[in-house]
Amino acid sequence: MAYVAVKGGERAIDNAHAWLADARRGDPDLPALTLAQIEQQLGRAVDRVMAEGALHDRRLAALALMQAQGDVTEAAFLLRAYRTTLPRFAAGEPLDTAAMHLRRRVSAIYKDLPGGQMLGPTTDYTHRLLDFALPTASPAPAARRTGEPKPMPRIGDILGAEGLMEPDAADPGSSGDLTREPLAFPAARDVRLQALARADEGFLLGLGYSTQRGYGNTHPFVGEIRVGETAVEIIPPELGFPISIGDITLTECQMVTQFRGSKTTPPQFTRGYGLAFGHSERRAMAMSLLDRSLRAAELGEDVVAPAQDVEFVLSHCDSIEATGFVEHLKLPHYVDFQSELETIRRMRADAMRGALTEAEAAE
Amino acid sequence: MAVLARASAGEIEARLADGPELPPHVRLRGPETGMVMVRGRAGGSGAPFNLGEMTVTRCAVRLESGTIGHAYVAGTDVKQAELAAVLDAALQDGGRQAGLQQAVIAPLAALQAARRADEAAKAAATSVEFFTMATMRGG
Repeated sequence: MAYVAVKGGERAIDNAHAWLADARRGDPDLPALTLAQIEQQLGRAVDRVMAEGALHDRRLAALALMQAQGDVTEAAFLLRAYRTTLPRFAAGEPLDTAAMHLRRRVSAIYKDLPGGQMLGPTTDYTHRLLDFALPTASPAPAARRTGEPKPMPRIGDILGAEGLMEPDAADPGSSGDLTREPLAFPAARDVRLQALARADEGFLLGLGYSTQRGYGNTHPFVGEIRVGETAVEIIPPELGFPISIGDITLTECQMVTQFRGSKTTPPQFTRGYGLAFGHSERRAMAMSLLDRSLRAAELGEDVVAPAQDVEFVLSHCDSIEATGFVEHLKLPHYVDFQSELETIRRMRADAMRGALTEAEAAE
Repeated sequence: MAVLARASAGEIEARLADGPELPPHVRLRGPETGMVMVRGRAGGSGAPFNLGEMTVTRCAVRLESGTIGHAYVAGTDVKQAELAAVLDAALQDGGRQAGLQQAVIAPLAALQAARRADEAAKAAATSVEFFTMATMRGG
């Protein structure tokens, strides 16, 4: 039955796609968008598509956004599908975020941390008033320039020097890779971080928010947010030494949380970590909240809230998996539903017969 | 290699137009686009984890002299990768090195350093001093 419907739908599907292309282009009297315009002027959307698509390429992400009519989840889906056509040449050397060329660096716990604070191109202090002059504004005023920033060590390295901050765990030698092996539980922190890094931003934000509202026991502070360019290095086997293949923009967040200590560990600050492609502070902050809340079991805290439940969070955080399963509901389920219909009819008939028998017995 | 990885094909070609001619080459591999898995470290300095992939284009070439050049450049620009591979090979040739270094690599490196310095200066202009009330009272 379902196959008949698919065959019959062919022309309708072609026509729907043609209309979609029309609708995507919009009024042909208006100039078409270019990829460069999307990449340059809708950069935060490009960043989000790269993060959730788990593939860093600004031009391809801009193309995905154009094709998806600005639908970020659909665009990430396109990018995630495209990456399956590419071979992997190498794994990068772990990024050195301490050597990041910083555009922005702020801390909410130290007002005068070494190197100071730099706001960068932030919206934090804007009034969120719609700027009606923006569409017609002449070229934006040039950003001002003064000198050069001082060296800015990472906050963890500063607090760590006093012994008040938990040290980073040692390298176990190998890390899990969700692009190669499906998610399995228990999931170690490396796999959790990979899943969170490509998770749906809305899901991360909502669950991160829940930890602040009492669903999970954390009282977080932003130790540091860093935004800037970091070099990616690989060691090609034919060369045998590290080479730099380019820079990518990254946002890093260190969320600091108090920890009462345990039998083996003195009271100290613990950390949640967020790292995201592009300038994506909301994503990096929410990720760091969840990285910390998902460490509850490891730190001997009670696991009582959704944001502390590794299986719940990791199984539902991926926007591509989630949209696939939710949206598949609109595809033909005629056979499934037919059997449900028959079951319901049979149950109703049985119930009716039962009621009749009871009524007769009562008489 | 780091300089060529950060220069567009157009920028490299513009420098070559005024510089010495590149020797002929044959392609050994590519140019072809694939991916590199970008890895972060938990907490910034802890155990590595897979952050996500990035596109990268690679190329390997051989000059008539037998010298082999390699390039891996971020993104999908096959022209950039091939030019970078040929330059990598040519720069290993003592006779050509100084000329290419001066005509191509040094100006591109200077351009990239200037861009970076410009970004840094914009960032420095947003440096901020936050004062707490206690500090203000204490003068």
